[in-house]
Amino acid sequence: MKQHFRSVVAHACLSSGALLMLIPLAWMILTSLKTFTEVYREPPVWLPQKPMWSNYVEALTSFDFALYLRNSLVVVILAITGTFLSSAMAAYAFARLRAKGKEAFFILLLSTMMLPAQVTVIPVFRMYVSFGWINTLYPMFVPAWLGVNVFAIFLLRQFFASIPQDYVDSARIDGASEWAIIFRVFVALSKPAILTVIVFTFMGSWNDLWTPLLFVHDQQLYTLPLALFCFLSKTIGVRGVQWELMMAASAIVIIPLIVVFFFSQRYFVEGITMTGLKA
Amino acid sequence: MFSRKTKEALCGYLFIMPNLAGFLAFTLLPVAASLLLSFTNWDIFNSQNSEFIGLRNFTSIIGLKLRTDNMTGLTDWLCFWNHLHANDPRFWQYLWNTFFFMIGIPLSMFGSLALALVMNTKLRGINFFRALYFIPTIAAGVAMYQLWRWLLNPDFGLLNQLLSVVGINGPNWLGSPLWVKPALIFMGFWTSIGGYNMLLYLAGLQGIPPHLYEAADIDGASNWQKFRNITWPMLSSTTFFIVTMSLIGAFQGGFDSLYVLTRGGPAGSSTTIAYYIYQKAFEQYYMGYASALAWILFIFVFAATLLNWKFGGRRVHYY
Repeated sequence: MKQHFRSVVAHACLSSGALLMLIPLAWMILTSLKTFTEVYREPPVWLPQKPMWSNYVEALTSFDFALYLRNSLVVVILAITGTFLSSAMAAYAFARLRAKGKEAFFILLLSTMMLPAQVTVIPVFRMYVSFGWINTLYPMFVPAWLGVNVFAIFLLRQFFASIPQDYVDSARIDGASEWAIIFRVFVALSKPAILTVIVFTFMGSWNDLWTPLLFVHDQQLYTLPLALFCFLSKTIGVRGVQWELMMAASAIVIIPLIVVFFFSQRYFVEGITMTGLKA
Repeated sequence: MFSRKTKEALCGYLFIMPNLAGFLAFTLLPVAASLLLSFTNWDIFNSQNSEFIGLRNFTSIIGLKLRTDNMTGLTDWLCFWNHLHANDPRFWQYLWNTFFFMIGIPLSMFGSLALALVMNTKLRGINFFRALYFIPTIAAGVAMYQLWRWLLNPDFGLLNQLLSVVGINGPNWLGSPLWVKPALIFMGFWTSIGGYNMLLYLAGLQGIPPHLYEAADIDGASNWQKFRNITWPMLSSTTFFIVTMSLIGAFQGGFDSLYVLTRGGPAGSSTTIAYYIYQKAFEQYYMGYASALAWILFIFVFAATLLNWKFGGRRVHYY
């Protein structure tokens, strides 16, 4: 009886909390379906009289969504591939291969997480200038190929370290190359960690405002976050900001994230949990 | 040809190679360069004009000057701090802002802990709730900040509309030097309560051996006693990790939300040191000055981490 009562209370708490968490997002969707006059009505109207799906069409067309989506997808896909390859290789080396100096290097890498990006950004900017990479998409994905995502390496190393050495030995006896051992054995056995790395990289590069803001000036090369930032000034009409359009565009950018997350969340949670246990 | 051991080591170096290249190009060399830059007045568009100026960047940032011109009596000299003037008053204001925003750390940490405690009661549908509470964390980007700009709109935003129902005339959140920081802390709380910290606490709770609670039950311990003497100490390593990461994050992060929501305003009341570095480097192009600021920021991060290890690390209960 007592147990039952407690679970009812807990459910009630969680549900009301969830409601509070979702109100802002619900308000975004509701706003995106209103007319301009409904948006600015006092007292506020919760539900639009007639859902204005045309706001989404208008946002998509006036926002040049297809172009920015293309840029974002190029960056996201290349960043994910690069992070995956470079961190899997490094994590395997750090977890399994005996090589002099690797421990020291690993600790050095971990300690760079403390280093603010502000310290390195100015020289990196100068470096991109001399490479001719200003106003290109390179700064948004090349670092990923060079393993700058220390967290990904750390996470994969923790997972890889828990895989029994027998697997490696028997694969070697069967004549598997080190390369095959990484991608056929270790990666295949660490799905939660790999998925976590992929989702993290996806979120990070889909939401990245800082890199395009600093290194890209040409609107043709904007990715979604920067484009969305600039979109606000475009929605300012004679009577004020057209929040219904702004919210429609925002919803379009947020929804892919939520979809990806919901499909991967079971593994994702397992992956994050793993970092905490060893920390 | 090669022995097994050499081959293994060679393979290891090969696999770390991209990483090492990235470390050199994006960390080690830039760190060295930025240290050098912090002693110059480097101008990115006109490098010929740059020269070595010693510690002048650092003294113009943290330096204080004693103005003796209007100091007359002995009391003026005894209260000399009234006559100290900062070379860069903005730096001190923004440093204060950076620390002020840290109020959000304990708030969201204890919020996450409370949420994790409720979630840990072996409920049905827990995966669903866990995912739901995590949504703000994954959505944290320009789109969500634009949403908050709308929610915090003084006249038509949802927050003030709701407040007016209970008869409160809500402030102009983002336009008021008094309310901008609480508003941003509130947004941060909403974003992070169900995020990583909650997941870490939940994992920590699930790792506490149940026999500890069974023994406490036999002794007739109250819920609060069980929390105070079992749960909290057993979670100490998680708490320590969360505090360390949050402190580092508080010094470095927050750029995106500030850029979209306030641009550091009004009148610099939401500018943090990290944001100030951006302004100096990429709006005013004082690259040397910005590099010096970045190094001062790094010293703060380093000191905070060290202090946390020294004083917090001691209290961590390992089992």
